[in-house]
Amino acid sequence: MYVAVKGGERAIDNAHAWLAEERRGDVAVPEMSVAQIREQLALAVNRVMAEGSLYDPDLAALAIKQARGDLIEAIFLIRAYRTTLPRFGASRPLDTASMACDRRVSATFKDAPGGQVLGPTFDYTHRLLDFKLMADGDTPNAPQGAARHEATPHITQFLNAEGLIQQEPASDATPRDLTRQPMQLPADRALRLQALARADEGFLLSLAYSTQRGFGRTHAFVGELRIGAVTVEMDIPELGFAIDLGEVTLTECETVNQFTGSKTEPPQFTRGYGLVLGQTERKAISMSLVDRALRWAELGEDNIGAPAQDEEFVLMHCDNIQATGFLEHIKLPHYVDFQSELELIRKLRAAVTAGQEAAE
Amino acid sequence: MSTDTDQKQSWDRPGWMGLLARAPAKQVAERMVALGPLPAHDWLRAPEVGTVMLRGRAGGTGAPFNLGEMTVTRCALRLADGAVGHGHVQGRDKVHAMQAALLDALMQGARAADVTATVLVPLAAAMATAKATRAAKAAATKVEFFTLVRGED
Repeated sequence: MYVAVKGGERAIDNAHAWLAEERRGDVAVPEMSVAQIREQLALAVNRVMAEGSLYDPDLAALAIKQARGDLIEAIFLIRAYRTTLPRFGASRPLDTASMACDRRVSATFKDAPGGQVLGPTFDYTHRLLDFKLMADGDTPNAPQGAARHEATPHITQFLNAEGLIQQEPASDATPRDLTRQPMQLPADRALRLQALARADEGFLLSLAYSTQRGFGRTHAFVGELRIGAVTVEMDIPELGFAIDLGEVTLTECETVNQFTGSKTEPPQFTRGYGLVLGQTERKAISMSLVDRALRWAELGEDNIGAPAQDEEFVLMHCDNIQATGFLEHIKLPHYVDFQSELELIRKLRAAVTAGQEAAE
Repeated sequence: MSTDTDQKQSWDRPGWMGLLARAPAKQVAERMVALGPLPAHDWLRAPEVGTVMLRGRAGGTGAPFNLGEMTVTRCALRLADGAVGHGHVQGRDKVHAMQAALLDALMQGARAADVTATVLVPLAAAMATAKATRAAKAAATKVEFFTLVRGED
């Protein structure tokens, strides 16, 4: 028998009212502004922009406030908002070689032109809690050096010059867009990179780590990691020329991977690529390792069955909004489904019990 | 288009439109006040918020892929003298887009010199300073390697 269930409206309203109160917390403590979140929790904001797949620091900060700091909930809010907006078009491909670098390091070339620029990094900190931050702090002041005005060249171009690294085939093909057409496998690299760029950081981190531990080992070095601002340019049809629309901060990681050659490729270095919205270094490195692991087929490598080599496994499970939607829906009412399960179990038990009694 | 580094340059339309898009909305608004009374306008396209898909290239140089979107606000307007101005700016600030479009229209008319001196040049200077300060802070974190005398000789 199917029983329609209604009700719960009052409970839901009151739950949301309490949520709002809990969100605010102790009213004796000053309320946090969206601008404070944007400025002082910038890396959380960056993560929400990257995985929300929408560059807008104010919106990401608002989402974090609304979600009480639950970043996946905040990402969900951003994804939902994005769907309400019309899309005006696509930018010209971003020129990361012209990035105004805040940070640029290479683990492979000590003396690369442009140098090793550490930027505002947690690296080399002692990871000791700084209790001074619990007090009202002074305004910190960063030292300044002699600014570099010319663009910082990509590291891989030095290996390109010797022909020691695989080349990226140049193309201006319009890439498939997984926000417009459902993901279809096999994916090409462009589609994979789109999925990875908005994928869950934790999922990518674990997959990348698994390749380092031997599940699809690709011997990655960080050829280059750079963080900085890149100008966004778009062709405006009604004007007939391209203009700058603004500037976005990006994190780019390029790995250089040992490669002994295969049936189709000579011995050379190969590349994995990570590009992520915002200052999102851990994610960009993870993305480049996973990108490289997924390239086994085009490079003629063996598929050893490692999770990071499995395109379907990676692409169909890397999106935390898809994952959380399906995972969390099981907490919502399933009374009718469960009722049928209950009846089935009772019937099976009755049959087993009847069988046992007959045997005795 | 790095039009914000040289204050003595001549401005082309992509140059000023790009500057007005990249400049912080608050700074554009401040310079508008300095410009004095502004002409009335009719909307050809009222300000609307949307997105632009940002594209990257595999390996930085290879085939394009969709990286993610950013918010953009755009509008178009016409002044009484017939000049048409377009505003396309990053973010969701409709006033910023309107002001960019108004300045774009004014730059095509008799007030171009005034707009250049009062708005474009100060904005470009402020942005160049901000960029240079960031670059200087980055430069201070550049590693200066020195090699220790090796013991094997």
